[in-house]
Amino acid sequence: MPYGLGLLKGMLVTLTNFRRKPFTIQYPEERVPQHPRFRGEDFVWYEERCTGCASCAKFCPLGIIRIVTRPSGMQTQEGEKYALEVFDIDLARCMFCGLCVEACPYDALHMGSGFERARYTRKDLVMTIDELRRAPKRPSTWFRPQLEGKGYNPHTDRPLEWHEVGRHQAPSLADMQGRWVEER
Amino acid sequence: MTLQGEPVIINIGPQHPSTHGVFRLRVLFDGEVVQDLEPVFGYLHRGTEKLAEERAYTQIVTLTDRLDYVSSMTNNHAYVLAVEKLARIRPTERGMYLRVIAAELSRLASHLVATGFFLQDLGAFATPLMYCFRERERILDLMEMLCGARITFSYMRPGGVFQDAPPDFWPAIQQFLSEMPHYLDELEHLLTENEVILARTKGVGILPAQVAINCSVSGPVLRASGVQWDIRKVDPYDVYDRLEFDIPVGTHGDCYDRMMVRLQEMRQSLRILGQAVRDIPSGPARAPVPFFLRPPPGEAYAHVESPKGELGFYLVSDGGISPYRCKIRSPSFINLTPLRELLRGWKMADLIVIFGSIDINMGEVDR
Ligand code: SF4
Ligand code: SF4
Repeated sequence: MPYGLGLLKGMLVTLTNFRRKPFTIQYPEERVPQHPRFRGEDFVWYEERCTGCASCAKFCPLGIIRIVTRPSGMQTQEGEKYALEVFDIDLARCMFCGLCVEACPYDALHMGSGFERARYTRKDLVMTIDELRRAPKRPSTWFRPQLEGKGYNPHTDRPLEWHEVGRHQAPSLADMQGRWVEER
Repeated sequence: MTLQGEPVIINIGPQHPSTHGVFRLRVLFDGEVVQDLEPVFGYLHRGTEKLAEERAYTQIVTLTDRLDYVSSMTNNHAYVLAVEKLARIRPTERGMYLRVIAAELSRLASHLVATGFFLQDLGAFATPLMYCFRERERILDLMEMLCGARITFSYMRPGGVFQDAPPDFWPAIQQFLSEMPHYLDELEHLLTENEVILARTKGVGILPAQVAINCSVSGPVLRASGVQWDIRKVDPYDVYDRLEFDIPVGTHGDCYDRMMVRLQEMRQSLRILGQAVRDIPSGPARAPVPFFLRPPPGEAYAHVESPKGELGFYLVSDGGISPYRCKIRSPSFINLTPLRELLRGWKMADLIVIFGSIDINMGEVDR
């Protein structure tokens, strides 16, 4: 084979690719479709469901969730519970592994689906309880197959109410026993 | 007229585009020829093994993601296999198949990155790299569908995988499997016919099989030297013993062979994926395993064939909720053992190429 033919063939590949439709997109204007399971920022937290049990804080491998509670307070579905004073998630250190969501026995905490949280200071990256209350309630379907079954897509569908995201209205006794008593 | 000069020591790295991360080489050059060299590690040391000693077994899965970050799934895989051995857990059938599918997709992604950066190191700036990254992007899309993350997956758990694949994953992977061979043909075309690549890789950086075995090198680097050694075959884990595939080996052990072995392995991965997607049984994806696992006191070692070589986890349990000791045998680190033998006598430009052909990942070298 004469020297240089391979080079020309390689150039031909480049030329064919040159005439293809671009694979890249112009990001801020265009967006790639995200999958419903995408685990991202702006944790979705339903105060109505949360009892302040702090399982999420305990299960986080980095220990970046800080919860301070005081007795009393009412939960919409469970009755008496702890009232939350502080619920900080330090997103600057969060690795979006989803273990906190996996841990929550009341389906109160969900991964969000955003990814554009650039801030000027690290302090702003801490998601406080007020921000959690205000954050858009579009939970990722990671660890929430009940949402996937309903065909929910957090990127296009409307935000969800607290009573729509649970496996059941209230965790059943069997569920709590299975997950929290017998497994240990 | 000849110029008289003394050998000089030149630092390559720790911030150098060709060292694939923060890696430093102190090289003694005589003119352009490498006389001796000393690798310096530790710039990315995060103490993963120590961190693992104070985390629960499930939490450590997230640490393993950060070892070899271009193929996190195989790291997850090796770790959960070690935990299962330690705690005597039997994973579910469907979980095992899903793990194999995820690991093979990861292997494809990693080999694409290796090939792309190898071509970049040769001087083919950006264009072939982008071809490889384009295809990798599709694998990452599949991964996002599967587990919601693109790089650090944390998908596998002792007892299976965290969550079954969504229904639209299956048509997507079928389409990927039908389109990928054409792309590999194109890549192979580019690699095997280009005279510049042939001239710069054939016969360059020869690693004799004997040296490779002595240095306990593994993975494509070992197979390129003609040794047929693949953990998936010699010590099958999960369902690899039910799947049909070949182990591609090289003959000379030069840079070209290392690249070709990777390319053929990608084809074998597609073959494995095709069979796994066809055979996957229904059922639960995860065996019921408590989050705070307490394995009986003892020790376990499990290894997998990661894209870079043999990745092993050695765990010692004292009966508590976190391991007493966690040792990681990382292929990238051990594959650097024959570096001096490989590089001595070659020129500066070849140094970059040979180093690139080993395909290391700094996250794994320094742990
Ligand atoms: S996603 Fe992971 S790192 Fe982030 S808060 Fe939850 S458990 Fe912690
Ligand atoms: S685990 Fe769930 S219920 Fe408990 S404190 Fe966290 S968010 Fe609230």
